[in-house]
Amino acid sequence: MKSGSNLEKVLSQGKFAVTAEIGPPKNASPEKLVQDAKILKGWVDAVNITDNQTAVVRLSSIAAGVHLAQNGVEPVVQMTCRDRNRIAMQSDLLGAYSLGIRNLLCLSGDHQKFGNHPQAKNVYDIDSIQLIDMVRGMRDDRKFLCGEEIKEHHPRYFIGAVANPFADPFEFRVLRLEKKINAGADFIQTQSIFDINRFEKFMEMVRRRGLHKKVYIIAGVTPLKSARAARFIQKRVAGMIVPDQLIERMEKAGDQKAEGIKIAVEQIQHIKTIEGVAGVHIMAINWESVVPQIVEMAGLR
Amino acid sequence: MSDFKPKIVAFCCYYCAYAAADVAGSLRVQYAPEVRLVEIPCSGRIDPVVILKTFEEGADGVYVAGCLEGDCHFLKGNIRARQRVNYVQKILGELGIDPERLAMYNLSGAQGGRFAQIANEFTEKIKKLGPSPLRGR
Amino acid sequence: MIVAEPKPIKEVAGYIKDCTKILVVGCGGCTSVCMAGGETEAEMLAASLRILRKMEGRELVTAVTTITRQCEPEFVESISSKVKEVDAVVSLGCGVGVQFLAEHYRDKWVLPALNTVFAGGTVQAGIWEERCGLCGDCILHLTGGICPVIRCAKSILNGPCGGSQNGKCEINPDTPCAWHLIYEKLSAMNRLDLILQFHPAKDWSKERSGGLRNRKREDAVL
Repeated sequence: MKSGSNLEKVLSQGKFAVTAEIGPPKNASPEKLVQDAKILKGWVDAVNITDNQTAVVRLSSIAAGVHLAQNGVEPVVQMTCRDRNRIAMQSDLLGAYSLGIRNLLCLSGDHQKFGNHPQAKNVYDIDSIQLIDMVRGMRDDRKFLCGEEIKEHHPRYFIGAVANPFADPFEFRVLRLEKKINAGADFIQTQSIFDINRFEKFMEMVRRRGLHKKVYIIAGVTPLKSARAARFIQKRVAGMIVPDQLIERMEKAGDQKAEGIKIAVEQIQHIKTIEGVAGVHIMAINWESVVPQIVEMAGLR
Repeated sequence: MSDFKPKIVAFCCYYCAYAAADVAGSLRVQYAPEVRLVEIPCSGRIDPVVILKTFEEGADGVYVAGCLEGDCHFLKGNIRARQRVNYVQKILGELGIDPERLAMYNLSGAQGGRFAQIANEFTEKIKKLGPSPLRGR
Repeated sequence: MIVAEPKPIKEVAGYIKDCTKILVVGCGGCTSVCMAGGETEAEMLAASLRILRKMEGRELVTAVTTITRQCEPEFVESISSKVKEVDAVVSLGCGVGVQFLAEHYRDKWVLPALNTVFAGGTVQAGIWEERCGLCGDCILHLTGGICPVIRCAKSILNGPCGGSQNGKCEINPDTPCAWHLIYEKLSAMNRLDLILQFHPAKDWSKERSGGLRNRKREDAVL
């Protein structure tokens, strides 16, 4: 075991992992996090905490992770490269570990243009792959990025990274995934899958390169709340593909929310059959309450 | 403002507008006496600095008249002129001078009537806009 | 070249509101080429400032001159007699030009008329684009001659990120994704091995983060 986290245990035992995702509040109260923890406890193996997602200021992902842990839910703390340089990041990595955080997801982060402080200066001292390498170096080589030795109590994270099978160039996505694995990623979360055919193709390429044997791939699923939301994701969210027939199906449905849940469940059942997929990551931001229902309907618990 | 006599300067291309003014003269077509013509070898010769200085010196309106698009003697002079007029219009806006006080027209050398029509139309427009904010300063 | 763009005229007028006589100095270097601070632009600005002042009912006397390069003390010195005559100097040079004038004429207000925006080139008449991030440690040999440091909005060295779609950058659908361009170029050159290599964290100490940079060539120093 690299980190000893629950998520690592579940994955290493070959069980189909189930994770969820929550966005911390835009205020200084743990109330919502405690509530979400109550809802999700027992239904999932771990919960991602976003790091100022879409570059909107929120309660820190590390602090939120501690609140979740205190309420019986194992956190996966997300860390982006947008807001901190290598000094601040390593400092936070030590701090988060000291607070009991064991799972870390490394991302480059959404550009500040999309957030509530588009005037901000971004950092991007290092990129997501360099972050993976840095966290791995701290764990396996017991060294800070500069090469200086961490004499004792080095942080040992279970290192996650993301892959987006829906970005371009498509044929490069698997190669970039491989770069992340080589840099030290232990598990991979994918972008929300709506275009299942493209994901199937992606996984086929993954298997051809044997990558599914080197890393745990957790497939991203997002339940659609409405046809309008689906249309918005299709048109406005970079790096996402939502097939028209999915939107049409949502439009035709009497109860769009129920249909969205149904689609998510079908997707999970399909994804479970794909060779090389180690789990599912349910991203129902601002709709966390639906996660237990989806997990139950999909027969995951 | 009924007794307002605007000062209008028309920068006219030798090949078209200036020739058209001659045609208008020989046909005895009357046009607004407020318009003062300045001959230029091509509308593309117009310099933004000259336009701006014309306003600075007290013009209430300025226009540049060049050949019909596609007919420039120097191929793209009239296109450049239009672009420069747009550029100076933007600056006039920044300075608080109505960009409508500056215009670009295209006509051929044979269009004496059109020349007079442009002169009259533009003069009417300037009369409606009133004196330039730089007048009497 | 250094690419600059004009500040709003009224902003510049605000800087010199207490002056009666100014010298407007154009630059014959980069800002001339990017049509922001050459002879014509200097004349336009001077006329504009006079017009604004005239509308206030006050006079502004302007002298206009353009020097070969504002980033060379020799050329900067060449206008000393003109500078002496005025209350303030308005520079249409880049940020370097403004500072060279201000350093040279210690008792004079030297004011910027331009915003200096980037190091780039002319992609077509009237259109300039950023190309170099002045990072002090060029990696173009690894990226097919396309700079991710400045052309990627996140300056990532192991791209493209997950926001790259249809060859465009997620932050602006009109901007090509630098890493997509790199991928295509390396692919065409049969050098995709370069993009598969892990590029370690960059040494930014050679960039502005490392403090003021200067360069010396011994044999040129007299």
